[in-house]
Amino acid sequence: MSKLLRRWMPGPRWLVIAPPYLWMLLFFAIPFAIALKISFSHSLIAMPPYSDLVGWTGKDLTVTLNISNYLFLLTDSLYYSAYLSSLKIAVISTFLCLLIGYPMAYAIARMPVSTRNVALMLVILPSWTSFLIRIYAWVGILKNNGLLNNFLMWLGVIDQPLQILHTNVAVYIGIVYAYLPFMVLPLYTNLVKLDGRLLEAAYDLGARPWKVFLKITLPLSRSGIIAGSMLVMIPVVGEFVIPALLGGPDTLMIGKVLWDEFFNNRDWPVASAVATVMLILLLAPIMIFHHYESKELESKLT
Amino acid sequence: MSERSGTSPLLKTMLVLGFVFLYAPILSLIVYSFNESKLVTVWAGFSLKWYGELFRDEGIMKAAWVSIRIAFFTATASVVLATIASMVMTRMRSFRGKTLFGGLITAPLVMPEVITGLSILLLFVSIGMDRGMTTIWIAHVTFCMAFVTVVVSSRLSELDKSIEEAAMDLGANRVKVFFLITLPIIMPALVSGWLLAFTLSIDDLVVASFVSGPSSTTLPMKVFSSVRLGLSPKINALATLMILAVSIAGLVAWWLMAREEKRRQLDMQMALQQG
Repeated sequence: MSKLLRRWMPGPRWLVIAPPYLWMLLFFAIPFAIALKISFSHSLIAMPPYSDLVGWTGKDLTVTLNISNYLFLLTDSLYYSAYLSSLKIAVISTFLCLLIGYPMAYAIARMPVSTRNVALMLVILPSWTSFLIRIYAWVGILKNNGLLNNFLMWLGVIDQPLQILHTNVAVYIGIVYAYLPFMVLPLYTNLVKLDGRLLEAAYDLGARPWKVFLKITLPLSRSGIIAGSMLVMIPVVGEFVIPALLGGPDTLMIGKVLWDEFFNNRDWPVASAVATVMLILLLAPIMIFHHYESKELESKLT
Repeated sequence: MSERSGTSPLLKTMLVLGFVFLYAPILSLIVYSFNESKLVTVWAGFSLKWYGELFRDEGIMKAAWVSIRIAFFTATASVVLATIASMVMTRMRSFRGKTLFGGLITAPLVMPEVITGLSILLLFVSIGMDRGMTTIWIAHVTFCMAFVTVVVSSRLSELDKSIEEAAMDLGANRVKVFFLITLPIIMPALVSGWLLAFTLSIDDLVVASFVSGPSSTTLPMKVFSSVRLGLSPKINALATLMILAVSIAGLVAWWLMAREEKRRQLDMQMALQQG
């Protein structure tokens, strides 16, 4: 009897598991279900500003699923193009981060141990200061009478200020700037484990440096590249602050569309539908990221 | 290590350029916070007047106090929950729902803030919870916990399990082993995790905007609304103070880690000599 009880009753270890588990279920998982539910409701001018899905008239229980929000997303080209342009911006800026971050991570990983930690700290430190304020710094640099334009005019490269702020170029600069550390860190963790003997063997056999890089270093750092890319790409798709401060009227990003839908139009059901579709689009990348994260942890445990 | 595996001049140049790219904007913020002129990008002489203006701005000061309190309680709760979560992830045999647990722990790392913010707000609205500092705190703990878990569990997984096992063989129970052996060893990771959660919380604009109430405007919300109206040297002064605080915190965290590393190496040498 007691054996049976022990099998079905949660054991003492559930006392340990429960607090973080319940917290994440209640405040992270269930909210998505609620957002999904509200995306199927009507917008109302009330508080809360959406209709109930489940109705009870005394004898009839009705469940109404309203798909008009999703139809709206399909028919209004704003949403369609915002999703596409967010994905495009995310992919291109991830690639730029990789292009700049890989040599940095590689250089740090090849450093002597003493300077390595300082260099790593220098990469992380900016991301500890306010994200918002670092993006704000670029406004002062990129605007028409800003530092960059003044500098270029002083050099004599241009005689008219370049319009960079409030264009997509500024958005790319801001994203690469803000997300570069998230690319460098996983790449570094991966590259620092690279067995130097493999490279030496290749050199001893007469391989050119570029060939060694393409044939050995690059393939072996695949999981670092994937982890870094996911860490940059997924949040960038929903980025709000950067397009809001550095972008212009042409910058179309879904995070900003969702924000406007919620705060300016006060249409919660449509905002929920926008979020749901974004989440579905990001589900595959998030699962890839999770897969590599847990593999990383397992490789440390074994 | 052979010569060839060292860094080439090309790589070094790219690294230096990368650092210039990372630090130039921050330097420009600091320099122009001491500028006399209201025009943020025209230099008109050294002055501390914007710092004075900043401290006289009651709205900003009040928002800063709100943010600091939220960040303090967020960091504390996140470290407690994340330590438990990390022990579960690294020390426990698999249990029903462990995969889901792992997913719930890593997903907030990459989840776009607009999605997290909107959905947790919808939860608060549907259970009829008033929005304010408590709701911001709950939302912040939810995403900060994931980041702290990464820091703590990577330290736990590097930890030599034989010490814990030895203590258990000598008759200490799991709880005792945790508090007497594990906790002191992972303390530096908890400190850096706490600092990380503090900075993440004090920095968050998007999630806080969704779940804040009328009397709980946080510092980033205040900064965002003033930055939207244009550049302001007051914000530069605020930025400089924040950078100063973060650099100090960063140095402390780095010093703690370096000290820990040194001690570990010393211990290893001692063990080798005795063995």
